[in-house]
Amino acid sequence: MNNKNLDNYWKKNLRYLVILLSIWFIVSYGFGILLVEQLNQIRLGGFKLGFWFAQQGSIYVFVLLIFVYVYLMNKLDKEFDVDEK
Amino acid sequence: MTVQTWTFIIVGLTFALYIGIAIWSRAGSTKDFYVAGGGVSPLANGMATAADWMSAASFISMAGLISFMGYDGAVFLMGWTGGYVLLALLLAPYLRKFGKFTVPDFIGDRYYSNVARTVAVICAIIVSFTYVAGQMRGVGLVFSRFLEVDITTGVVIGMTIVFFYAVLGGMKGITYTQVAQYCVLIFAFMVPAIFISIQMTGNPIPQVGFGGTLSDGSGIYLLDKLDGLHTELGFAEYTSGTKSMVDVFAITLALMVGTAGLPHVIVRFFTVPKVKDARKSAGYALIFIAILYTTAPAIAAFARTNLIDTVSNKEYTLMPEWFKKWEDTGLLTFEDKNQDGKIQYVADTKANELTIDRDIMVLANPEIAQLPNWVIALVAAGGLAAALSTAAGLLLVISTSIAHDLIKKQINPNISERGELIWARMAAIFAVIVAGLAGIYPPGFVAAVVALAFGLAAASFFPAIILGIFSKRMNKEGAVAGMVVGISLMLFYMLKFKLGYFGGGGKEDWWFGISPEGFGAIAMLVNFIVSIIVSRFTPAPPKDVQELVENIRIPRGAGAAIEH
Repeated sequence: MNNKNLDNYWKKNLRYLVILLSIWFIVSYGFGILLVEQLNQIRLGGFKLGFWFAQQGSIYVFVLLIFVYVYLMNKLDKEFDVDEK
Repeated sequence: MTVQTWTFIIVGLTFALYIGIAIWSRAGSTKDFYVAGGGVSPLANGMATAADWMSAASFISMAGLISFMGYDGAVFLMGWTGGYVLLALLLAPYLRKFGKFTVPDFIGDRYYSNVARTVAVICAIIVSFTYVAGQMRGVGLVFSRFLEVDITTGVVIGMTIVFFYAVLGGMKGITYTQVAQYCVLIFAFMVPAIFISIQMTGNPIPQVGFGGTLSDGSGIYLLDKLDGLHTELGFAEYTSGTKSMVDVFAITLALMVGTAGLPHVIVRFFTVPKVKDARKSAGYALIFIAILYTTAPAIAAFARTNLIDTVSNKEYTLMPEWFKKWEDTGLLTFEDKNQDGKIQYVADTKANELTIDRDIMVLANPEIAQLPNWVIALVAAGGLAAALSTAAGLLLVISTSIAHDLIKKQINPNISERGELIWARMAAIFAVIVAGLAGIYPPGFVAAVVALAFGLAAASFFPAIILGIFSKRMNKEGAVAGMVVGISLMLFYMLKFKLGYFGGGGKEDWWFGISPEGFGAIAMLVNFIVSIIVSRFTPAPPKDVQELVENIRIPRGAGAAIEH
């Protein structure tokens, strides 16, 4: 594989990382900690929303993020022909 | 049948299973011993990682802690799961492609320096030993409470079992026993949770019942009732917590990054065949962990409500049997300060008459909820599975560090495959004995040091590994300086504010209002900054190292990488 191609692969990978880690940060540190009081004004059944994100919601999002990453990277590996045979 | 008979049967069966697996999966080569031959399926590795990761603390202590901390308990829930996102996205695939056996291997090769390798070995050993002592203690406690043997005998039995599969089977034995241990521990955790959720809210799914209404016909939401009870007794609202926002932020960050930097977790991703599998396996691991971690806060809220309902302002003489039983252990104490014969459980320490050890919540929960005896026995087996699986993973890191990173890589590079395997087994025996001794004679600072393990991992390994992958310019001078400064700063802060050295200091003296538990986040940032600045003023790494970095960034060729 030539260098230009490798650079593009790496740049795209980094872009995925920035997007996914931003979501990671927003649901946990954002919704679960920094904005918890504002979100607690909203209710989700018996939960206050901020509390729910801190003790439940962020964990569900973490799981989703990893599987979205797996999906995106498998596609990217094929596109740039660097996947494992 | 009595609880004790049930416990003997269930614990006996699980132990027989672990030993059976150990004999079936003996290690024949160093590759078997260090990385289970590199052929573990991503699903099995996910389960093994979950068992490896969830220790006696996760199983026994965490729900109890949360039930006393309320909202603040989120630091553990997010901190100990969010780290897997970092592992999956930033570490696991690249380290798998690198394809060697240990974390110090990566640090040593990437930073072309035996100094860096040695610093990493020391960090790995300190982190793992502090952590493993706590596990052995957990094994001893479960044995003494449920089987009525003394703690020493309990620890010796636990050591013998771990000895069997860690020394015989190495990583291969550990991996397949951990799969079995995960099944035992998750079943043991979920059964009482589901029972209690049905009792209290009528919903069999604890995660949903947690946000549901009480089944006593009042139509009140469980969490509203709990908030009300808390306010009434003078505690902070359950859903609000008492820690400052900056401290909650720092602790969560330190735990997440510490998780991603723990060597016994990272090394699990060396055992799968492909880079693709390493990514997927981190996802599976987090699903398996999330099952327990989303249930724990529900158990915490159920237990808290149950407890307050049962004891608050009730006659002492009318307390149920479990109350007396735990009083005998000294973990629950009642002192009738105002002599009215009733239990006042309130926030004001002067008027409060009841003190409860946080650790008993999970163990006592089935009794409080009056569940059948076999459920109580199951909880004992689950606690043992959690403690033994984590202990084994940590012991392997210690023995690998000694046999591979010190002896093979530094002291005697010409050692034969057979010789290295003998060293690895001897190191494992040595580590089991030291860990057992630490469990029998626990040093007074165990609790303080377990928290230190996360801070240390965050302050040392995490930046060095991340920069090693994402910055081609990072060199040995930068990485070594960063690790040394990061670890020293962390040690200094813990010694000062946890153990009272260097003049000590209280809460009001904390830097930026951050507790020692959260300081790993700051030490990690300092490590990053020092590494980057030092590397800019020192020569770039050699050409072959830059090529190594380019190579680990693409998945193709991972199968070949592990061959040499």
